[in-house]
Amino acid sequence: MSDILLEFEGLAKSFGGVRALDGLDMSVKRGEIIGLIGPNGSGKTTSFNVMTGVYSPTQGRVRFDGQDITGLSPRQVYEAGIARNFQRSRLCLPLSIFDNIMIGNHARVNNGLWFNLMNRRGLRRQVEDGYAKARDLVAGFSSNLADRMFDPVGALPMIERRRIEICRALVSSPKLLLLDEPSAGMTHDETAQLMDDILAVRDRMGDLSIIIIEHEMGVIERLTDHCVVLSYGKKISEGSYAQIAADTEVQTAYLGVD
Amino acid sequence: MKDNTTKTGWLGLPPLVVGLSAVVAVVIFGWQFLLAESELEVLGLVALAAVAGWAGGKTGLTGSLNEAMRGHGRAMNSAIMIGLLAVIGLLSEEHFPLLMLTTMLLYMTVALGLNVQFGLTGMVNFAGAAFFGIGAYTSAVLTTHTAVPPLLILIGGGLMAAAIGFLLIVPVVRTAGHYSAVVTIAFGVLFKTFLEVNDVLGGPQGLMVDSMKLFGWDFNDGPQLFGIEMSFYVNYALLGGGLAVLAFMLTQRLERSWLGLALDSVRLDETASACFGVNVVRAKVLAFTFGNILVGVAGALYGMMISFIAPNSFTFADSLLMVSIVLLGGLGSLWGTAVAAVIVVLLPEKLQILQEYRFLLFSGLVILMLLYRPQGLLPRTVRQFFPSWRPQR
Repeated sequence: MSDILLEFEGLAKSFGGVRALDGLDMSVKRGEIIGLIGPNGSGKTTSFNVMTGVYSPTQGRVRFDGQDITGLSPRQVYEAGIARNFQRSRLCLPLSIFDNIMIGNHARVNNGLWFNLMNRRGLRRQVEDGYAKARDLVAGFSSNLADRMFDPVGALPMIERRRIEICRALVSSPKLLLLDEPSAGMTHDETAQLMDDILAVRDRMGDLSIIIIEHEMGVIERLTDHCVVLSYGKKISEGSYAQIAADTEVQTAYLGVD
Repeated sequence: MKDNTTKTGWLGLPPLVVGLSAVVAVVIFGWQFLLAESELEVLGLVALAAVAGWAGGKTGLTGSLNEAMRGHGRAMNSAIMIGLLAVIGLLSEEHFPLLMLTTMLLYMTVALGLNVQFGLTGMVNFAGAAFFGIGAYTSAVLTTHTAVPPLLILIGGGLMAAAIGFLLIVPVVRTAGHYSAVVTIAFGVLFKTFLEVNDVLGGPQGLMVDSMKLFGWDFNDGPQLFGIEMSFYVNYALLGGGLAVLAFMLTQRLERSWLGLALDSVRLDETASACFGVNVVRAKVLAFTFGNILVGVAGALYGMMISFIAPNSFTFADSLLMVSIVLLGGLGSLWGTAVAAVIVVLLPEKLQILQEYRFLLFSGLVILMLLYRPQGLLPRTVRQFFPSWRPQR
């Protein structure tokens, strides 16, 4: 088993004349937390979308866990072991916490028509198993939340929603978790709590790798082992947080030239 | 945690007592309503129902009923089925009330199918009446030209509606958004025109449909019990009731399963669902086909019951009426659909003044509903996979 979990090779994606990703090379080791940063429009979210099959790349390859996943559908990528959250919270607000987390478990349950309509006993077993699993995950974040599994998600504050999104991504036991701006829309204290949560998740989940997009540099500094900086779809720097923070090219990309 | 089963509900009564009394009240009300002759009588009963519904909502009756359905599901379901039989029994000599009741039960079946498509999956089907008509025409052709057993013809009507719906929807489901609405509007409008110019299917005059026969028993002969001759509509009411109950059970099981969850997630966020492994195309095709089978089976039985069908019974306006049942009841709410079917089908039949203006009335009602109570008359509640299951903390 190779040490490298995910690898991009010259990944490019154009929308008409705009090159959102322009020959990106990048790799992620097992168990590593990578920070993906760069100014607005530098291609961070696009790289997530290409990775998860929402967009197919114009050029280049994505290799994951020894398998070429370029151009696979979002569903196939998910089954290969990549789970994500979204920049704007994309939970199903009218549905319960349990329902939302179970959407993440979709690939692991029996979705046959006959089973779902006629085998109520078998379904009940799967629902009970799913409940135990979901409740454990939620309880890892907040025991208060774990007692409200059948409340609609729309009634919860932002930090709880983020936690549920992370649970939804984790319930399928992925190998790679993609977090797109987890601190968006949260207060300073909530952000700090969520960071603790993410570190706790990593400790619990062994060799789970995480790629995190974030504008909050405090988060990047505290969480990541390694950072990649994008600008106009290209990688302009990489290294530890201290290294990239000192890089003049990165400073120019963010702050402009004198 | 030990479950507290002696919980008291509405007016301090145990939920089961409240639930069973409600069923009895509804049976008596339905019986009187269907028999009511004068407009004044009907208006009085409507006002009574409106006040009772409003007061019940204010005093926590709905919560108590929910509790009864959750805690005593089997008893309540049996009571409702016995109640339906009681209404049919009480009206057993009345042709017209039974015809109305059966039509209402068939529309309820249709609306449950549309609710799976629209309420759960978010695909509006504006061709409900067309698929209903496909079922009816299938039964017309098969009952008069073949010796296929009529029970199989019912299923055939459902399969025919599902197959045509499948051909219609497959090119559309890969696109996101409201294309299903556009395509079904076109189909709903074209269907009637197609029938009118098609001489093989009787043109504008329509077709005769032979009656339902079950093991040599012709449904158009009124059954006799203790020497009393009953209306032949009793047969259709019983079969229609059975169909509606079956449709309700299947729809409820679908909603309370992993598939129901997948349909919900497709409606709420297609991209996110796909990122979590939901097969969006399969979910949409499944929901559309499931719904159309119910619509088609109901249509086939409707044809056999009224024994004569013509293109004018399956217009686009009828399709809109079917969609308005779903909207009035509440998207995704099965009990809401049942209640709204009663209102939309029976009210104009009983109040002849409304008959002419029913499209105006219901479009106005739908607009008001969407403005002031978008969740519908009986809003859907959070999914309970197994209502009696209370997980361990």
